[in-house]
Amino acid sequence: MTQTRRQFVGNGLAVAAAFFGLPHIASAATLEEAIAAFTSGSDAGADGITLIAPEIAENGNTVPIEVSAPGAAAIMLLAARNPSPDVCTFEFGPAAGSQMVSTRIRLAGEQEVIAIARMADGSFKQARQNVRVTIGGCGG
Amino acid sequence: MAENIVPRVRVPRDAKAGDVVSVRTLISHPMESGLRRGSDGNLIPRQIINRFTCTFNGATVVDVTVHPGVSTNPYFQFEAKVDASGTFAFSWYDDNGSVYTDTAEIAVA
Repeated sequence: MTQTRRQFVGNGLAVAAAFFGLPHIASAATLEEAIAAFTSGSDAGADGITLIAPEIAENGNTVPIEVSAPGAAAIMLLAARNPSPDVCTFEFGPAAGSQMVSTRIRLAGEQEVIAIARMADGSFKQARQNVRVTIGGCGG
Repeated sequence: MAENIVPRVRVPRDAKAGDVVSVRTLISHPMESGLRRGSDGNLIPRQIINRFTCTFNGATVVDVTVHPGVSTNPYFQFEAKVDASGTFAFSWYDDNGSVYTDTAEIAVA
């Protein structure tokens, strides 16, 4: 266990990079992957879906989100710059009265919240909104 | 990690046939994301509700796949169409295998 100061500092930097650097690079890729897994690569239209999110969220641990997409079979919520961009996916059944849901999500920092709806006819709709976060969630 | 996990649901007591009613659900649950560190510096293992379902008289209303991005004490609000009196059944699936359930009755005139 002889470790020079230089090695020690180097290891520290490597660990720091692993924790702070890589997730940001990785999250871009996984966001694309998460979207692709849901839409199987189809393009998403913009009309027919409404995403209601606060412009400024004081506390990133609980940000109220409301999304409605009349005629949707499923709605996926994503947070672009969270450690893992998936937030939740709603599948609507035959007893659903409308395709409107509201929930509370975590946001690690200022970022875009994305809602993608898979419509009954197999097409996709997408809505995005930027949310500024004063205090991040996700243990930050 | 055996906190008091209490589901709470709210549906109208009665409705007219064919009405769309609002359903609100909340369950007290820490939704430990697996990203936080405890006071000993080690990661706290992930334990979240990973799935939530609501059915009305056996027909699915919503089936939600939940990831760690959902807040502590997950809250869901949605709407259901009721054609006859019946029972809403709610299930929350925990990472540790537990399933928490609750039901609510609605009378349809």
